[in-house]
Amino acid sequence: MAANIVISQVSKRFRVNHQRHSDLKGRIINIGRKQPREDFWALQEMSFEVADGETVGLLGHNGSGKSTLLKCVAGIMQPTTGYIKTVGRMASLLELGAGFHPELTGRENVFMNGQILGLKNRDIEKRFDEIVEFAELEQFIDQQVKHYSSGMYVRLGFAVATNVDPDVLLIDEVLAVGDEAFQRKCLNRIRQFQREGRTMMFVSHSPELVRQICDRAVVLDHGEMIDIGPPGEAIRSFRESLMRGTKARQLATGDEVDDQSDQRPATDRASTTGEVPVVDPDAAPPPAIDLANFEVRITRVRMDYPLADERDYLVPGDPLRIKVGYHAVRKIDDVVFSLNIINGDGLLVYGINTDHLLGGLAYVEGDGTLEFSFDRIPLLDGIYTVSIGIHSHDVATIYDHHSAGHTFQVTNPGVAAGLVALDASVTIDHAADRQVAG
Amino acid sequence: MATTTDAETSPSRRQGASAATTVVKPRRSVLEHIRLVISYRELLLGMVRKELKVKYKNSALGFLWSMLNPAMYLVVFYVVFQVVLANGIPYFPIFLLSGLLAWNLFSVTLGAATGSIVGNSSLVNKVYFPREILPMAAVGANLVHFFLQGIVLVLGMIVFRFDVDFAYLWLAVPALLVLLLLTSAFAIFLSCVNVYARDTQHLLELALLAWFWMTPIVYPFGFVAGSLSNQGISSTLALINPMTSIVLAFQRAFYGILFLPDSVGGGQILPDESSLWYFRNLAIVGACSLVLFVLAVRLFDRLEANFAEEL
Repeated sequence: MAANIVISQVSKRFRVNHQRHSDLKGRIINIGRKQPREDFWALQEMSFEVADGETVGLLGHNGSGKSTLLKCVAGIMQPTTGYIKTVGRMASLLELGAGFHPELTGRENVFMNGQILGLKNRDIEKRFDEIVEFAELEQFIDQQVKHYSSGMYVRLGFAVATNVDPDVLLIDEVLAVGDEAFQRKCLNRIRQFQREGRTMMFVSHSPELVRQICDRAVVLDHGEMIDIGPPGEAIRSFRESLMRGTKARQLATGDEVDDQSDQRPATDRASTTGEVPVVDPDAAPPPAIDLANFEVRITRVRMDYPLADERDYLVPGDPLRIKVGYHAVRKIDDVVFSLNIINGDGLLVYGINTDHLLGGLAYVEGDGTLEFSFDRIPLLDGIYTVSIGIHSHDVATIYDHHSAGHTFQVTNPGVAAGLVALDASVTIDHAADRQVAG
Repeated sequence: MATTTDAETSPSRRQGASAATTVVKPRRSVLEHIRLVISYRELLLGMVRKELKVKYKNSALGFLWSMLNPAMYLVVFYVVFQVVLANGIPYFPIFLLSGLLAWNLFSVTLGAATGSIVGNSSLVNKVYFPREILPMAAVGANLVHFFLQGIVLVLGMIVFRFDVDFAYLWLAVPALLVLLLLTSAFAIFLSCVNVYARDTQHLLELALLAWFWMTPIVYPFGFVAGSLSNQGISSTLALINPMTSIVLAFQRAFYGILFLPDSVGGGQILPDESSLWYFRNLAIVGACSLVLFVLAVRLFDRLEANFAEEL
């Protein structure tokens, strides 16, 4: 298929001036003096093509250059080197609003936006009612846009950009705004666009959305394209790049990485590692922490991925072992270890304790290790927090509690969406066969 | 922003879809800039309309304000120069307004154009369109004001029963064209420079004030030329100011009285030259303006690369 967007050797440099002289005085005083500045390459030698009718997602951490790339494709910024060629009319939705003039009414802005997108006035007139209907702004269309709520703003922007019959649509993160009903409407519109064979490029922080919508995804890391491919694969390299980034930060701050599954930024981590008791802001009930008497302490928590080899993430169905090292100051027989697995939304995915599993521990004394073992983790994408507590049977005494800081990660190379990796297969029974059977 | 809209492009897969090819690249030639603005003429007109609308939004008198401004000038300058100072220039309001029309187009446009890109950052940051449209829209909007103020001039002529010298009236057309070219060059230049050095706006105000009094609008050119030749300097020196040639052409076209009446001691108001002399001056200024325009567009091309990040 013909390429609709060609991105060829595109680099974008930003000059970071440490002292900005955006006034004449500053410039004149500092004339001749070299301004201290740093070059920052937001995009480096990026080349890829988007085929006609394809939907490509851009994934990357904050500051990886995905918005810059989209702005360059849109023509809002121009690359320092290289070029971008786009065939067809292009509409873009960058951040909030599609570029409205606050003093003008909704109606006037629709016309101005249409003109910006290269439409003739009579074409805009033809589509006007449709746009207003889609944006659900019938009552407000003759009000100045400055009186609009942010939701109304986004709705109008989306309505204009998608109703002007663009061949190429660029979307940056706008779907995050607006209420759920409108988001659904937008998604439907996007799917309709796909069916109509329009080309789309969109930035999202939500890998799930990318998985659902895109044919391919591009992963950016510090201005470089590190992967391009089917969404599942790209999401995996995106997650890997995120992990590398966190590790690098941890190493940079001199924090040792002893817990292979700990992905939190070093700053959070410092407070929970070592012998210091956990005082974590998002720890479950704070009184419980206060009550912890540390007669049994969690000394270390280790996640083992027996099948993961070099990987530092699980794929759905992998086994997992969670080893909890403890130290008891005396022999204690009234003891329960409990474990909760919590997903990124704070939802309890699984909870169990040693009473349920063993019918109760006999005692703990001195140093030891307790292992929770899972034959398979049937979870889909996400970073899961493991919270571990040691307490008495009646939970009146809490010995120790780690509610945050221990995580493992599941990356789904497949295309299934949702929370749980269910084993599914599909068969089809045609009517002809049924007649034979009946 | 380097975007070219080519006429010949590969056919699109959807029927009736426009198949313009957009190329975003670091540099673009002056000709490409001009072609691009022309292809976006509908937007340019829309922007001009927007400028006019926003300016008089929520004001009761609306477009009348455009005419009240020169009318007020007329009254003030008439009182000061004709009544208080008694400079003796016949039909002084007509003389004043002929030059002031041109000057207002020039100075008000520059004021508006300078802030046009910074003021429309919400658009510049969000959507693509040729950025030159913004300063050019300022030129367009003030061209409309120019014609509205022209109505005041015509009204003034009727009120004062002024005889127009129709043989020279055509000079107003080339004069307006040259004025537009010169104004556009400055408008494009100032709009992009202001993104990087924000106090261009304030500097401009000072510069325009000085420039106004250096241009023979309130006083006649003949006075300056006279004192220059008294000191043995060619009066051509006064034509270094490009606005002088333009203002002179407007004054010759609309006003056309060359000498002070003997009752106030006589003297030159406008140069007693053929229309060709006026036209030659305009041609020289026009050629210079063209060079300035090309330079301004090239500078704009360089600077627009980083508009989005500077705003």
